[in-house]
Amino acid sequence: MANSYFDSSARERLLATVDAGTFHEFLPPSARVASPHLRQLDQPVAFDDGIVIGSARLGGQPILVAAQEGGFLGGAIGEVHGAKLVGLIDRARVEKPAAVVLILDSGGVRLHEANAGLVAVSELIRAVLAARLEGIRFIGLIGGAGGCFGGTGLIARCCDVLVMSEEGRLAMSGPEVIETVHGVEEFDSRDRALVWRVTGGKHRYLIGEIDELVEDDAAAFRDAAIRLLSVPGGLSLADVEREHAQLQRRWTRFAEAEDPTDIWRALGVADPAQLSMLTAAEFVALAAPCRSHS
Amino acid sequence: MNREQLLPALFPSGWTEQSSTAHAFTGTGQVGDTTVQVIGSSDAAEVGGDLALFMARSVLDTVRDHPRRPILFLLDTQGQRLRRHDEMLGLNGYMAHLAKCVEIARHRGHPIISLVYGQAVSGGYLTTGMMADACYALADAEIKVMNLPAMARITKIPLKRLEELAAQSPVFSPGVDNYFRMGHVLEVWSDDLAAHLQQALATASIPQDDQRMRLGQDRGGRKLARPVALRVLAHA
Repeated sequence: MANSYFDSSARERLLATVDAGTFHEFLPPSARVASPHLRQLDQPVAFDDGIVIGSARLGGQPILVAAQEGGFLGGAIGEVHGAKLVGLIDRARVEKPAAVVLILDSGGVRLHEANAGLVAVSELIRAVLAARLEGIRFIGLIGGAGGCFGGTGLIARCCDVLVMSEEGRLAMSGPEVIETVHGVEEFDSRDRALVWRVTGGKHRYLIGEIDELVEDDAAAFRDAAIRLLSVPGGLSLADVEREHAQLQRRWTRFAEAEDPTDIWRALGVADPAQLSMLTAAEFVALAAPCRSHS
Repeated sequence: MNREQLLPALFPSGWTEQSSTAHAFTGTGQVGDTTVQVIGSSDAAEVGGDLALFMARSVLDTVRDHPRRPILFLLDTQGQRLRRHDEMLGLNGYMAHLAKCVEIARHRGHPIISLVYGQAVSGGYLTTGMMADACYALADAEIKVMNLPAMARITKIPLKRLEELAAQSPVFSPGVDNYFRMGHVLEVWSDDLAAHLQQALATASIPQDDQRMRLGQDRGGRKLARPVALRVLAHA
C-alpha cells in the first residue's frame, strides 16, 4: 500500500519526503507558538499554528522545509503561521540551502484573522520572489486533502517548480466560492469530476502550470523533489517575459474553451475522457508531448 | 472617489493616458521633474487573467523602456474574478506572474508605490498594491478580505460577537485603519493628494526588504509576526 499524500498529516508528509532521520524542527509544538486571535474568538488552537517548519536533507542535500496541516482550519494562513514561513524564507536567504521545499495544503487566508493573514500572504509572495532573485530554489509539493487555493495558490505559482498528484487541487477561488457567487450553472462544486478536471493535477500539468505529475504516494513526491533539486534557480527578466508570452498565448488560444476537455483535445489528447483512468506514469507518457510548455 | 476625480487631484501639472478600458488604465503623470508610470484599476474591477496580463505588460514595458521610473498602482478592485473559465486557465498563475513582474521591476531599481482609492479586496490586491514598497490608501477607501456577515457565516462565529471584537481588534474586520495598524498601509491620505504623492516619491527608497512586520509590531496591530519570524531565524 502506497503512503498516500492525500490521506497523511502535514508531519507524516514532511517526514516521508525528506531523508529519514534528518528533520530538525523550528518552533515545534512544545514551544507553544499558537494564534492569540483564535483564542480571543474561543476557537481551538494548534501549538504549531497549522504549519511544521525546519531543516532537513533531501537526497543528501541541505534543505529548509515546511508543511501545512490542511486538517487544522483548512491549513489557512494566519499571523503566526505566516510569520513562521516568512522566518523560514529569511533563514534560507542567510543559509542558502539547496532548496526550500513547501508542502502546501491550504485554502489561503485564515478568516478568523483575515487582515493579518492577507498581509502575511503578501509578505510571503514578496519573500519567495526576493529569495528567488538571490538564487534560492523553491519546490512546491501539492497533494494534500485541503488543496491549494487563494493566497496559497499564489504562493505556489511563485515557486520555481511544482509537483502535483492528480488528487491535489490548485486554483485561486475554490469551486464552492464561485458557486455561491454565480450559481450552480457557473460551477457545480458537487460535481467531483468537474472539480478535478478544472483544478486537478492532470489539467494543471497539461496547460503547463506545474512541472511534474506524480502518483498520490509520498515516495513519488520525494523522488520528484530530488530530481528537481538540479533545476537551475533564479528569476530573470527573460524568465518573466517568456512566462508572459506563454500566458498570453494560453489566454487567447483557449478564450472559447468551456471545459478542460476542450483544451486537452486542442492540445492533441486523442481521447480526453480516458485521462482520469490513467496512472500517473501512463498519463505523463501520453501527455508530455502534448503539454503546453513554459 | 473615482478615476476621473483622482487623476487631476494627484497630477495637477500633467497626466497623459496611454491606454484605457472600463476597468483598467495606464498612463504617465508628472510630479515636479519626475515622470511616474501609473497602472490602475477602476470601477471596482474584477481581476481576471486579462487584467493581470494588462498590468504585467505595462510593468514589463516600463522596465524595458524607462529604467528606474517610479511605478504607481492606483487601485479600485473587488477582488479576483470568480469564474470557472479564469480558474480553468489558471488564474492564480496569471496573478502570480504579475507579482513576479513587479518584483523584477523593484529589483531593477523601480520604486513601487500603491494607492487604494476605492476598494481593495483580497486576491485583487495581493499581487498589485500589496507588492509595493510603500502602500497608501485614501481615508474613505476600503481594504478587506470579506465583510463581517459573510465571515460570521463561514466561521460559524455569531455576527454580534465578531462586531464586538472588531471594536477592540484590528485583525479581522474591514478598514483602512486596521491595515494601518497591521503595518501594511504606510499612511492614510486625505485633502491635498498631490502633496502626499510628492512626499511619497521624495521618500520612496531604493528597493529594500519588506518593513511591514516591524511597522505592525510598532503600531500594535501585529505583535507576534516579527518576534516569531525572528525566532525562526535564530532557532538553533
